[in-house]
Amino acid sequence: MSAVLEVRNLRLWYGTARGSVRAVDGVSLEIAAGSVLGLVGESGCGKSTLGRGILGLLPEGARADGEVLYKGRNLVTMAPRELRRLRGPDLGLIFQEPMTRLNPLLRIEDHFRETLEQHESKLTDDAIRRRSLDTLGRMGIPPTRFRQYPHEFSGGMRQRIMIALALVLRPSLLVADEPTTSLDVIVEAQILRILADLKANFDTALLLITHNLGIVAEACDRVAVMYAGQIAEEGPARDVFAEPKHPYTRELLRSTISLETTELHSIPGAPPNLITPPTGCRFHPRCPDVMRVCPARDPIETRPEPDRRVLCWLYGPDGDIPPGGTEPAERERIALAEEA
Amino acid sequence: MNQTGPSLKRYAITRLALVVPMVFILLTLVFLLMRVAPGNPVSAALGGHAPPAVIKAISHQLGYDKPVYVQYAHYLGQIIRGNFGTTISDRRSVGSIILVNGAATLELTFFALIVAIVVGVLVGLVSGRFRDSPIDAGGRLFGIVVYATPVFFLGMLAQLVFGIWLNWLPTSDQASPITEALLQTHTNIFFIDAIIDGNWTALKDIVEHLILPATTLGIVYGGVFIRLIRINVIRTLKEDYIEAARARGINERSVVYRHAFRNALVPVITVVGLSIALLLGGAILTETTFNWPGIGHELYVYLQNRDYAAVQGIVVVFALVVVAASIVIDFATAFIDPRVRY
Repeated sequence: MSAVLEVRNLRLWYGTARGSVRAVDGVSLEIAAGSVLGLVGESGCGKSTLGRGILGLLPEGARADGEVLYKGRNLVTMAPRELRRLRGPDLGLIFQEPMTRLNPLLRIEDHFRETLEQHESKLTDDAIRRRSLDTLGRMGIPPTRFRQYPHEFSGGMRQRIMIALALVLRPSLLVADEPTTSLDVIVEAQILRILADLKANFDTALLLITHNLGIVAEACDRVAVMYAGQIAEEGPARDVFAEPKHPYTRELLRSTISLETTELHSIPGAPPNLITPPTGCRFHPRCPDVMRVCPARDPIETRPEPDRRVLCWLYGPDGDIPPGGTEPAERERIALAEEA
Repeated sequence: MNQTGPSLKRYAITRLALVVPMVFILLTLVFLLMRVAPGNPVSAALGGHAPPAVIKAISHQLGYDKPVYVQYAHYLGQIIRGNFGTTISDRRSVGSIILVNGAATLELTFFALIVAIVVGVLVGLVSGRFRDSPIDAGGRLFGIVVYATPVFFLGMLAQLVFGIWLNWLPTSDQASPITEALLQTHTNIFFIDAIIDGNWTALKDIVEHLILPATTLGIVYGGVFIRLIRINVIRTLKEDYIEAARARGINERSVVYRHAFRNALVPVITVVGLSIALLLGGAILTETTFNWPGIGHELYVYLQNRDYAAVQGIVVVFALVVVAASIVIDFATAFIDPRVRY
């Protein structure tokens, strides 16, 4: 399988009054056609920024550096006009909050018509209608509701409409930014089934951003764990869950709730601010396995197994660790103070 | 499943039915306020030096010595028959004041509103779209300055510049005496009368007279709209559905026109409607500045004379205009925004 999307050393940052926020700091990823990559991590670790950054939909004043290769073309340096044309027919995005994503003054039909006319100007009225209704039908929205307004639909239905609106153009890559977070579990299951069927139906590559590890285990082929703007660990979902390498992944997995949960585990502290992140490994203030080398030097990505990569000094490379670096270090007090 | 047609109709019927109690309350309030306000209309009409016996006799003749509730019942009865009575001070028919002077004010206010909307929408949309650019700074400055300027000052300035220095336009009256004398009366609105007759010379004269007062009044209120529309455009451009439209690759032009401007203008409709009341108030000053024979100017004169009949009639007309405007606004909003209908 060839990669539809290849992200190479992508950095995204934006200026604030207190300094520049490095929301994404040297991320590399690959997504193959028809595969699902889960992107997980706590809130505020840069997942959404990464998802939007891939489509070039960053807030004003944001900067990007590195490469986002879509079918070999670099989106970072592409002219805005050209990138705009790719959004929709090539790169789709669905959002966390479906309630406010449809224009309240326009009918569902108007949304579809506008989208199709924008990208496939040769379509006849009839073809637009047929394609829209067909896509909506797959999402379980009956044709009778085509001429209704957004406020006449529930949250779950609106999210299905948003997905249909993204899929009607048959994009090769779909970025789904926590598409089920604001929905109830039954609707969540529906949406996930729809997304899982995507690859079978359209051969769409999916970047699924979520903080729900259960969803990743169920729906994703591969998973990337993000922490403080960097990819801490990446690999096949099954392997990462069975045997997490990075202490952060391990702690994250321990924090999930299941039927066997008797005591709630949480990772002490909070994700660092991205203006002045901790030195060395960004997770070191909260890491249970912290070593002397961790705060001193930036970790180097290693491949403990051929198909997996991890950003942690526990896996070397040993040659780069100074003598005595592997001695355990005291966990910094700041993290615990922050928690209080 | 709900269809939009019948529900818009139902909305309209409900809305219209509410007009009856609204007008009734308005009539009552105006009536009571005039009785509570100090001053005696009869003595004011007679110049303030008439002997008490004469005042009493005239008050009796006009029915002002009867209990208030009797006067009120009589007043309502007359209004229902469409009779607004005659003024106390100069024995004119209130109905004809409303028709003739009201038409002049309507003409002025209507064109002023158009000027206000055109100026406000254009400058407001451009300022909001190009936020913090030099264009925006200019638009905002213009908005503040014209709004802060008293309408009579702006009027006098316009008279000085365009009337006297440049001598382009007439500075007072609704039309030249010759036009007024020759124009046939159909609606009392000069602009429409001239069009009905196909009298283009008169129309040119009327338009020339209209330009300065309507622009003056319109620009002042345009200042309010500029700020309002600008802020609405800025807020709308941050809406989630704008980002969603961009994520679907909709071109910037469509995003701005179809999604941002349209949605930004919905709340503005309401304010435009409400500002009709403000415009009527501003019309009083504009009419005085430009010697425009409008109803606002009449109201000012009759108020000074404590002329119950005239003031009641005129205020009720003002109130009815505001009610009518609010209905039109509600329909317009319901037509544009489907959420309002439910």
